[in-house]
Amino acid sequence: MLRFFLSRIGQTLAVLLTVSVIIFVLMRLIPGDPVLMMLGDDFTQEAYQQLRAKLGFDRSIVTQYLIWLQAILRGDLGDSYLNHERVSRLVWEAFLPTLSLVVASMLVGMLVAVPSGIVAAMRKNSAWDWGSMGFAIFAYSMPSFWKGIVLIWIFSVHLGWFPAVGYVHPWEDVWGGTWRLVLPAITLGTFFSGLVARIIRSSLLEVLDQDYIKAARARGVRRAALVYRHALANALIPVVTVIGLQFGALLGGAVLTETVFGIPGMGRLTVAAILNRDYAIVQGAILVGVVAVVVVNLVVDLAYAFLNPRIRVA
Amino acid sequence: MARPLDVEALPAQAPVAAMAAPSVGTARRWWRRFARNRGAVFGLGVFLAVVVMALFADVLAPYDPVAQGVGPANEAPSRAHWAGTDSFGRDLLSRIIYGARIALAVGIVAVLLAMVVGVTLGLVAGYYGGPVDAVIMRVMDGLFAFPIIILAIAMMAVMGFGVKNVIIAVAVGFIAPFARVTRADVLAVKEEPYIEAARLAGVSGPAIIARHVLPNVLAPIIVQAALRVSGAIITEAGLSFLGLGPPPPTPVWGSMIAEGRNFIVMAPHVSTIPGIALMVTIVGLNLLGDGLRDTLDPRLRR
Repeated sequence: MLRFFLSRIGQTLAVLLTVSVIIFVLMRLIPGDPVLMMLGDDFTQEAYQQLRAKLGFDRSIVTQYLIWLQAILRGDLGDSYLNHERVSRLVWEAFLPTLSLVVASMLVGMLVAVPSGIVAAMRKNSAWDWGSMGFAIFAYSMPSFWKGIVLIWIFSVHLGWFPAVGYVHPWEDVWGGTWRLVLPAITLGTFFSGLVARIIRSSLLEVLDQDYIKAARARGVRRAALVYRHALANALIPVVTVIGLQFGALLGGAVLTETVFGIPGMGRLTVAAILNRDYAIVQGAILVGVVAVVVVNLVVDLAYAFLNPRIRVA
Repeated sequence: MARPLDVEALPAQAPVAAMAAPSVGTARRWWRRFARNRGAVFGLGVFLAVVVMALFADVLAPYDPVAQGVGPANEAPSRAHWAGTDSFGRDLLSRIIYGARIALAVGIVAVLLAMVVGVTLGLVAGYYGGPVDAVIMRVMDGLFAFPIIILAIAMMAVMGFGVKNVIIAVAVGFIAPFARVTRADVLAVKEEPYIEAARLAGVSGPAIIARHVLPNVLAPIIVQAALRVSGAIITEAGLSFLGLGPPPPTPVWGSMIAEGRNFIVMAPHVSTIPGIALMVTIVGLNLLGDGLRDTLDPRLRR
């Protein structure tokens, strides 16, 4: 077990290192001189040389990478080119709304997926099965940004039940914050629910086919008890993996969803920074997003190993 | 190990005469298996419809997709404008039809590009192993960690806007999955006796890869490609929605949805109708991809 944990953590560190190299190289490929961008229009040659030296741009590319890496490890993502704010603070402030959207979407997704996956598996090939699997395909095929607009049109414009845009941290204003998150979470959560419902259906069907279930059935255990008491716990284990695999997709979807609902998250920060050519923010935001994905995957893998002892040996 | 596509490998080893019969039979068997899947046939229909829309856009579109004021601004669907008009008085149906061109071009070209690069890397990594494998696959692990839309956003930041750049940006995100799938199958295939035989006969590495390894790992790659086209189209739509796609007034579904957002109260059709086109396309492609997977590569069936 310990060996599995350690090797998995080692792999994660290797991936993080590669990710940092990829982001560093990408940002160096951007045409234009970042020092000029930071200085703006009005500067002296001396100031230019000074800033260049301060940022380490006069050294070799490898040294520059190492300087940058050291700074990141200290939690220093540099300063915004435009208003010289700390990038780490800007990114952190944008990360919280995005993260609460992702978590809320997972909750909504599970609330829909678990019952519909169970029903589909228990009544395989019935109208219920076809209905919930048809819904699942639509749910993950609908582009999140379009779904969000349709939901705003129906529930905000027509029915007036929810505010169309805006965000408050749910932990600062429990009721108002949660209320504002409902539509965005449904928007993003239906995508997740579609995938999870399909996984639950197929893994439940697989588990129901195993010998211990057949034995229980032979003993006369009722079908509902069979599913809830004997099969479901095992069938839900693969869902844990899906959470890991889909966390990245959810984060990407959140970037689009929050644009629709005017949530001041990572997506808005990054896109605004790209349009302003403020690459310090672009770099910091992308780095933090990818690190979050990698870390969640590590945690999920370790949790999976914990839940499913068979994997530890592999 | 029994592999579904072993017949495909025969041309490299067996006389041509022995081949003709089984391959026709295989194709017919595949088609029958595919045709039984109603969702897949529906998906194929949608895909063909989108292809026709894209190919014959100039014949099918009733108006010039970028001409402003061909009707009143933000007019609801009517007999003159079946899908209504947008805030510039442009005909939405014409823009949707032309939009199919970019969606399909980006979807297919980006996936092909990713396939060529990813499969090559996967073949080289899997066949040669050792440090080459380690370096290639570590880079792939790094790329794989990026959510696709975020990698595409980063690429657009680096390259600037335009259709060609959108294609490259979307393609980069799909390289790693192709490399992984290919490498995994190459590892299995390269232990087969006929590879060993070719190697002993003095055939060079690249020739073995091209003539003996590649044909045997093709099925999962084709399935992978079919499953990824919808993802590529959604990614392009997402980039365009964020304003990072092809510049206006190019008719692109993602930007049409974004432009309509400001008029959701008075003219909801501007945003919703292009979204329906996008959604039907994605549903169709997903069903088609699932059908192809079940037909060509039953091992992956869920």
